[in-house]
Amino acid sequence: MKDYIKLAWRNIWRNKRRTLICAASIFFGVVLSSFMSSMQEGSYEMYIKTIVNFYSGYIQVHQKGYWDDKVINNTLDYSSLKTQMPAIKGITVSTPRLENYALASLEDITKGVMVIGISPQKEDSITNLSKRVSEGSYLADGDAGVILGSALAKYMKVGVNDTLVLLSQGYHGVSAAGKYPVRGIIKQPSPDLDRRVVYMDVTTAQELFSAQERLTSLVIMVKDADDVPRIKRELAAKLGEEYEVMDWKEMNSMLIKQIDSDRASGVIMKGILYIIIAFGIFGTVMMMTAERRKEFGVLVAVGMQKYKLEYVVAMETVMLGFVGVITGIAASIPLLWYFMLHPIPLTGQAAETVMLMGFEPIMPFSMIPPIFYYQAITIFVFTLLIGIYPVLNISRMKISKALRS
Amino acid sequence: MSIIEIKGLHKVYDGKSLPVYAVNGIDIKIEAGEFTAVVGPSGSGKTTLLNIVGGLDEPTEGEVFIDGVKITGLSGKEKTDFRMKNIGFVFQAYNLIPVFTAKENVEFILHLQGKPKAERERRTKELLEAVGLGDRMDSRPNKLSGGQQQRVAVARALASKPKFILADEPTANLDSKSTDNLLEIMEKLNREENITFLFSTHDQRVVSKARRVITIQDGVVVSDIRK
Repeated sequence: MKDYIKLAWRNIWRNKRRTLICAASIFFGVVLSSFMSSMQEGSYEMYIKTIVNFYSGYIQVHQKGYWDDKVINNTLDYSSLKTQMPAIKGITVSTPRLENYALASLEDITKGVMVIGISPQKEDSITNLSKRVSEGSYLADGDAGVILGSALAKYMKVGVNDTLVLLSQGYHGVSAAGKYPVRGIIKQPSPDLDRRVVYMDVTTAQELFSAQERLTSLVIMVKDADDVPRIKRELAAKLGEEYEVMDWKEMNSMLIKQIDSDRASGVIMKGILYIIIAFGIFGTVMMMTAERRKEFGVLVAVGMQKYKLEYVVAMETVMLGFVGVITGIAASIPLLWYFMLHPIPLTGQAAETVMLMGFEPIMPFSMIPPIFYYQAITIFVFTLLIGIYPVLNISRMKISKALRS
Repeated sequence: MSIIEIKGLHKVYDGKSLPVYAVNGIDIKIEAGEFTAVVGPSGSGKTTLLNIVGGLDEPTEGEVFIDGVKITGLSGKEKTDFRMKNIGFVFQAYNLIPVFTAKENVEFILHLQGKPKAERERRTKELLEAVGLGDRMDSRPNKLSGGQQQRVAVARALASKPKFILADEPTANLDSKSTDNLLEIMEKLNREENITFLFSTHDQRVVSKARRVITIQDGVVVSDIRK
C-alpha cells in the first residue's frame, strides 16, 4: 500500500507545472465556492437570528387557531396555561405577549401601530430590548408607560415624557382607549419594527384591551436550537388540543422557503463552477493517461495486476483533487474568519432593500463546518468519477498494443 | 523438459483488406540455459512471437508451454501472475518507471511478489551490483545513460528469479560500448547462473554472441542454427 501511495504521489508531480495549474484551478474554485457558501449561510443565520431573537422566539404557544386568524378574540388564558405548563428540559425562558393593532395619536398626527404587551424583564432577557434604548428609560414590570421605535417617534414627533393616545378594539369588541406616557425611545435593528411597534407592560396591555389574563402568545427560548423539535413535541403532547405549539420554522415558513430557494440557486451556481473545475481535472487526467499508455503496458507486462494499477491511477486522480481542496480550504478559513468578524456593510439600494425587509444592512459570513466538508466531498466525488476514465482505459488495454504505443 | 515449447503457432491480424499472417506455423523448443537470438527482417514476426511466448498476446492458433505449463488460454489475471513469477522482460526502450530510482524500479517487482522488506533490499542491492550499478542505486532513470538504464532493466528482469528472460531488441538504442557492456553482463548471468535468454534482434554483435540463432521470415522459421 505504502509503495502504491508513493508511486501515485510521485506520478502526479511528474509534470509539476501541469499539476500546479490543475491544483490552482481547484484551489480557486474551492475558495470562491467557500466564499459564496459562507456568505449565503451567514445571511441565512442573520435572518433566522433576527427573527428568532427579536420576534418569534424558537417556540410559541397560542390558543388553537390563533396563527391563522390573529385577532384578540383568539387569545389564550394565561392563568390556565400556567397551571398546565410542564417543566421541560432545555427551556431557558418563556415570556408572555399580548399583541394587537391600534391607532397611535399625538396632537394632529395619527399612525397605525402594533402594540406588544410584554413582561419587561423576561422580554429583556430574550431580546435585550433595554440595550437599545436611545432616549429615556426602559420599562419596569407593571409600568403604565410605553416605549416605541425611533422611526415611529420621529414620524409622530414624540419625545420622552410626551403622552401617546392609543385607540383600538379590545377583547370581544370592547372599545380600547388609553393615554400612556412615553418612557423611552428605542433604536430597533429592524427598520420595519422601528417604524411600527409600541411596547408596554403586558398587564397594562391587558387593561387597555380588556383582556385580563389573556395572551396572544407565550414565547419560549431554548438552550440549544437542535432541541426545538423535541421540546415542541413534548409541549404539544402535554398541553393538548386546546393550544397550538409552533416552532420558528413554521412561524417563518415564507423565510424558510426563500432560504431553500436561494440555497437551490446557490447549488446551481456552485454546480457550474464545479463542472468547470471537473473539466480541468479531466483534461489533466486524460493527458496523464495518454502519455503513460506504454508505461501501463510495461507495468502489467512485468506482473502488476491491472486492478492494482487501476487503484494507483484512481488514487492519483483523487490526490490531484485533494491537493487543490486542502490548500483551498486552508486559504478559505482565515479569509472567511476575517469576514465573519468584519461583515461587509451594504450601501445604497441593496442596503435599503435589506432594511425594508427588517434586517441589518450587512453581508455576514458563516463558518459552519459543512461549508468546508461539502467542498471536500464534492471534489472527492468528482475525482472518483473522473478516475473512472483511466481505470476503464487500463481495463480495456491490450498489453502488446500498449507496448507498441 | 524444455523451458519453452512452442507448438503450431499462428497469429493472424485483420489487415485493411487482407489478413496479415504475422506468425505462420512455428514450432520451437528452447532448453534451460540456452542463449538464443531470434533474427529476421522488420515485419518478419519476431516481436509477435516474443509477445506470445511472454504471455502478452494470444495466438490465433497453437500452444505455448513454459516449463510444462500451457500459458495460451490462461485468463489475463493468471497470465499476469505467471509472468511476474516466471518471465523477466527487457524492452528496447528500457521502460523503467520514471518516478522511481534504480533501486525502487528493481524492488518494485519484489514488492509485487510480496517479498519482505529485508529480502527486497538485499536482493535489489545484489542485482544492481551484479550489473555494475551499485553506486547509482538512488538515481532516477533520467539521471542514467541509456546503457545504465538498460542494465537496470536487466536487474529488474532478474529480480523475480524468472525461468527465462525475454529481451526484445535490447541493444537497439545503445551505443557500441554500452552494447558490449550489456552483452557481457547477460552472458555472465547465462554462464554462471544458467539463466535462459531469448532475444529478438537485428544487432550482429548480439547474434555473434548467441549460441543459437533462429531466423524468421514471413512468420516462419527459415533456419535454426546451434553454434
